[in-house]
Amino acid sequence: MIISWLANPERFSKVFAPVRPWVAGLSLVLFVWGLYLCFVSPEDYQQGDTVRIMYIHVPAAWMALFTYLVMGVASFFGLIFRHALADAAAKAAAPIGAVFTALALITGSLWGKPMWGTWWEWDGRMTSVLVLFLFYIGYIALHASIEDEQRAARSTAILALIGLINLPIIKFSVDWWNTLHQGASVLRPGGPTVAPAMLWPLLMMALAYKALFVWLWLIRIDTEILSRKYNGLRARLGFREGGA
Amino acid sequence: MDLNMGKYAFFVWGSYGVTALALLSLTVLSVRAHRERARKLRALQETLAAEKAQKVDA
Repeated sequence: MIISWLANPERFSKVFAPVRPWVAGLSLVLFVWGLYLCFVSPEDYQQGDTVRIMYIHVPAAWMALFTYLVMGVASFFGLIFRHALADAAAKAAAPIGAVFTALALITGSLWGKPMWGTWWEWDGRMTSVLVLFLFYIGYIALHASIEDEQRAARSTAILALIGLINLPIIKFSVDWWNTLHQGASVLRPGGPTVAPAMLWPLLMMALAYKALFVWLWLIRIDTEILSRKYNGLRARLGFREGGA
Repeated sequence: MDLNMGKYAFFVWGSYGVTALALLSLTVLSVRAHRERARKLRALQETLAAEKAQKVDA
């Protein structure tokens, strides 16, 4: 009910314009607090100070998956119900997800070198996350390459839905295949195995990343709505000029 | 708070640096694109309104 009420782009812009600064403020506060916790938390007895990379690497990886899930759900609604806003929401999420995924890969590499002795390993987890990154890039490239908005929305939605298959592969890759990665240590049955002194900065940074995503997503959806309005007005102007 | 990361300084600060750079760039680009689009739409709407007013006057 609320979703279909908000599916009107004009209404969506009006409702969320006053919310955006609050989400930006929340994200900033969470980042300052989270970063403080990152550097006052103790070093790990085995990993030393490299454990601090976990506080930015793991949230980036979580957000890479979450953003793709958001993109997939929005694409599904766009494909089935043809909501104009659904495609805008999926399209707006893609670059944010691509950045989070790139950060997960880069910071993972910077963590892997001192701990595992290698920048990269073609194991299940890293390879499937690289595939996720390629799905994001493919989605962005496909959207940019098709001029007709409706056709672009349909094609990219199908691509996004195909890519959803990769999410459980990423999640369970550490259980299915031999890997350098450890198994799940936070989101697992029986609760987290991470010590509270390290769990708090991790969760705080995860919340900061989430708030940043929401803020950027809302801005980018609104940019998309403004773009479509602008293009629509220009098309009408062009039609009038052509018909005159 | 100890900011000395010892022999891991390159890896820790490299990770935080890349993250800060990427997230700040994404933020700046997103906000700038939003402002630019809003400005262009406003300008087009003003042009259309001025054209309409001219026609009414005529």
